Amino acid sequence: MTPLLLDAEALYAQLREGLRPMLRADSAIVGIWSGGAWLAERLQRDLGLPGPHGVISSTLHRDDFGERGLVAKADPTHLPFSVEGRPIVLVDDVLYTGRTIRAVINELFDFGRPASVALAVLVDRGGRELPIEAAYAAARISLPPTQRLSLAHDASGHFVFDIENKTA
Amino acid sequence: MTMSRNPQLNAHGELIHLLSIEGLPRAVIHQILDTAGTFLSVSEREVKKVPLLRGKSVFNLFFENSTRTRTTFEIAAKRLSADVINLDIARSSTAKGESLLDTIANLSAMHADMFVVRHGESGAPYLIAQHVAPHVHVVNAGDGRHAHPTQGLLDMYTIRHYKRDFTQLSVAIVGDIVHSRVARSDIHALTILGVPDIRAVGPKTLVPGDLREMGVRVCHDMTEGVKDADVIIMLRLQNERMSGAMLPSAGEYFKNYGLTAQKLALARSDAIVMHPGPINRGVEIDSAVADGKQSVILPQVSFGIAVRMAVMSTIAGNDT
Repeated sequence: MTPLLLDAEALYAQLREGLRPMLRADSAIVGIWSGGAWLAERLQRDLGLPGPHGVISSTLHRDDFGERGLVAKADPTHLPFSVEGRPIVLVDDVLYTGRTIRAVINELFDFGRPASVALAVLVDRGGRELPIEAAYAAARISLPPTQRLSLAHDASGHFVFDIENKTA
Repeated sequence: MTMSRNPQLNAHGELIHLLSIEGLPRAVIHQILDTAGTFLSVSEREVKKVPLLRGKSVFNLFFENSTRTRTTFEIAAKRLSADVINLDIARSSTAKGESLLDTIANLSAMHADMFVVRHGESGAPYLIAQHVAPHVHVVNAGDGRHAHPTQGLLDMYTIRHYKRDFTQLSVAIVGDIVHSRVARSDIHALTILGVPDIRAVGPKTLVPGDLREMGVRVCHDMTEGVKDADVIIMLRLQNERMSGAMLPSAGEYFKNYGLTAQKLALARSDAIVMHPGPINRGVEIDSAVADGKQSVILPQVSFGIAVRMAVMSTIAGNDT
């Protein structure tokens, strides 16, 4: 772990306020498993949005199935509402290559045709490999490919960032 | 001392072929059941297809006819976006005298990625798995009296779905156990998953005493066999067994071992009734029970597709 001044709770508060102007009356928030799903659950509550939030998994549309095989640990996609004609706001903790976002957009369209799809994230860490951008990012930083950044919970349930140095 | 490796697993202990449930680690079984849970919802989507096996060719090789099993494998492969080729081998190459391995060599030259094999001879899928190219995967869809592992896994998925925990259950398997590859696969799976009470129920000709070696309780009396059971798995009475003097008549069999509402009442009140299909109403199971609220025979069919999707995507994603 290298110390890095990313205050996940402060960034969450920024994301929450940044999302308000993006939401329409019929918008649905869909969190990307796993970090994004925790964010979506809390945003749904803190923003007082009606109904349940959605959770979406990239597992079935990943482009690295040939190398990595099936990631069975992921929770399945759970969209407890119709996506047909709805404005969808995808929420994730970290935006990196954009490959996960490409996969979950495919996954989302397996359930119907949304009116629109936007993306909001806590941290955009650069390093994109696809033409994908977030409509809102609470922080934009640059990290080397050797570091892995992900959202976690501390013992009291607060959001914190985990940074791991990948061993090649 | 070196242990001979289970041919179904690679050096990392990951599943690369599914040939038999016997010898599979408990964690591998649970992983397949967990994965099947993910796929169950795919069949309910607007688009019932995911791209995991896009560009892969799955060959269904049925040396023995089984429209239903072949169809469920075909649906599962298609929902994973594979190209499916159905070969009615029983009526083609073998009839012309081609050997099993020559058939496989020919199909491999057509760039098959996976073989789903149903064969009348026990062990045929093992032989095929030993001779395919390293990137090719094999699924046993039933071999002789030996094994029907995807049926065993879908039965375990069904039991886990309704009962959650295996470690407190009493499971009765009723019928022609000795000729049944389904029963063998179920018994292996239940044992691996820690079911403490497995009963094999039926007449002496179909449930011989030496089944005890598999760790099951042998019951020739149906009343004793289903008493307080949590799960009752009924097996199809294969008509061809009737003629071989193994049984007096269908009517006599139904009287002794057919599942009626009266016999079902001896089991626990929340017991589930399973059957691998096709069912013979009035032979091994009464219509009122087959259609009753404790019957989960049709959910088994839906679970079967998800389980076969889980098996195919799991083995296709693991390197040999």
